[in-house]
Amino acid sequence: MMNLIFAAMIIIAVVCACVTGKGSELAQGVIDGAAESIQLLITMSGMMLLWSGIMEIARRGGFTAIIGRLLSPVLRRLFKKLPKDSKALCCISMNVSANLLGLGNAATPFGISAMKELKKLSPHSDKASDEMVLFVLINTASIQIMPTMVGTLRQIYGSREPFAILPGVWISSVCALAVGLTIAKLFCKNGGS
Amino acid sequence: MELFMPLFIAVVLVFGLIKKVPIFDAFTDGARDGIKTMLSIAPTLVGLIVAVDMLKASGATDMLCGFISPAAKQLGFPEELVPMILLRPVSGGGSTALLTNIYKTCGPDSFAGICASILAGSTETTFYAIAVYYGSVGIKKVRHTLLAALSADFTAAVMAVVCAKLLIKI
Repeated sequence: MMNLIFAAMIIIAVVCACVTGKGSELAQGVIDGAAESIQLLITMSGMMLLWSGIMEIARRGGFTAIIGRLLSPVLRRLFKKLPKDSKALCCISMNVSANLLGLGNAATPFGISAMKELKKLSPHSDKASDEMVLFVLINTASIQIMPTMVGTLRQIYGSREPFAILPGVWISSVCALAVGLTIAKLFCKNGGS
Repeated sequence: MELFMPLFIAVVLVFGLIKKVPIFDAFTDGARDGIKTMLSIAPTLVGLIVAVDMLKASGATDMLCGFISPAAKQLGFPEELVPMILLRPVSGGGSTALLTNIYKTCGPDSFAGICASILAGSTETTFYAIAVYYGSVGIKKVRHTLLAALSADFTAAVMAVVCAKLLIKI
């Protein structure tokens, strides 16, 4: 998919520049884009490293476990069919807590273990179970307390209040997740568990 | 709100001290992980920022925006947001490139900038997550996952505009 998108973007740009006669601007765009992307990465890296470090302190202090405990009533209701103390539910809870803290690297291994546990409980080998759909949906929605990347980028480009967007981000992601989960529940095999 | 970030950091540090975490070791370990993440997104970001800058320089984005803008205006969407809504579920790097482009042309605190910020913060690279998780256990029939996930993405786009309108009023 990305192969096609990448090629299409550049080919369209070149064809369009030929038609509109913006050849020199296009050439400048290539040079500026390449330089700017590395500049942006370097500027961004400082803040992103700082955040990763701070979040690692939070993780080792047991933040994830605390969030996991707060979440467990919600998750138990969502995944009704899973036994209370099952390994699947435990992995799901760790994955969601890590996602909330924005620890993508920590969340993925838990998520993959959760999928493996869910597969053991599923009767089909190549078809997604209702629980799997719900779980993947939670991971396709961004449920992050601190969207550090967006905040950092806003800061770099001179925002007066980089984190003023937080309430909007929270409301918007909760609404999105709610819509996704509602649709998933409607499609459940037994009309919602 | 401007104190949110320093306060958040202070709370985490105090919490770590109470829990007897070796704070500085944890910090450096985490930051080391962070640099790996930055290195891993570098190639994607370079490729896609160049592609977006080329589209912009060639006048193609202006043409696209001109094409979309009547419909976008009717719905109250900033036209700059439309390409980002389309690319967001497919490519994290691509939508970051479009996000920085909006910041550059309109500013991060403009209406379009705030919409784009909320959209970027409240959505994920949907197709990537689906591929990673189902791929890891060899599931091929994903049933209604895509429909539900894309409806969620669409909701996030609508809500981003709604919330940005509210935030600007405050």
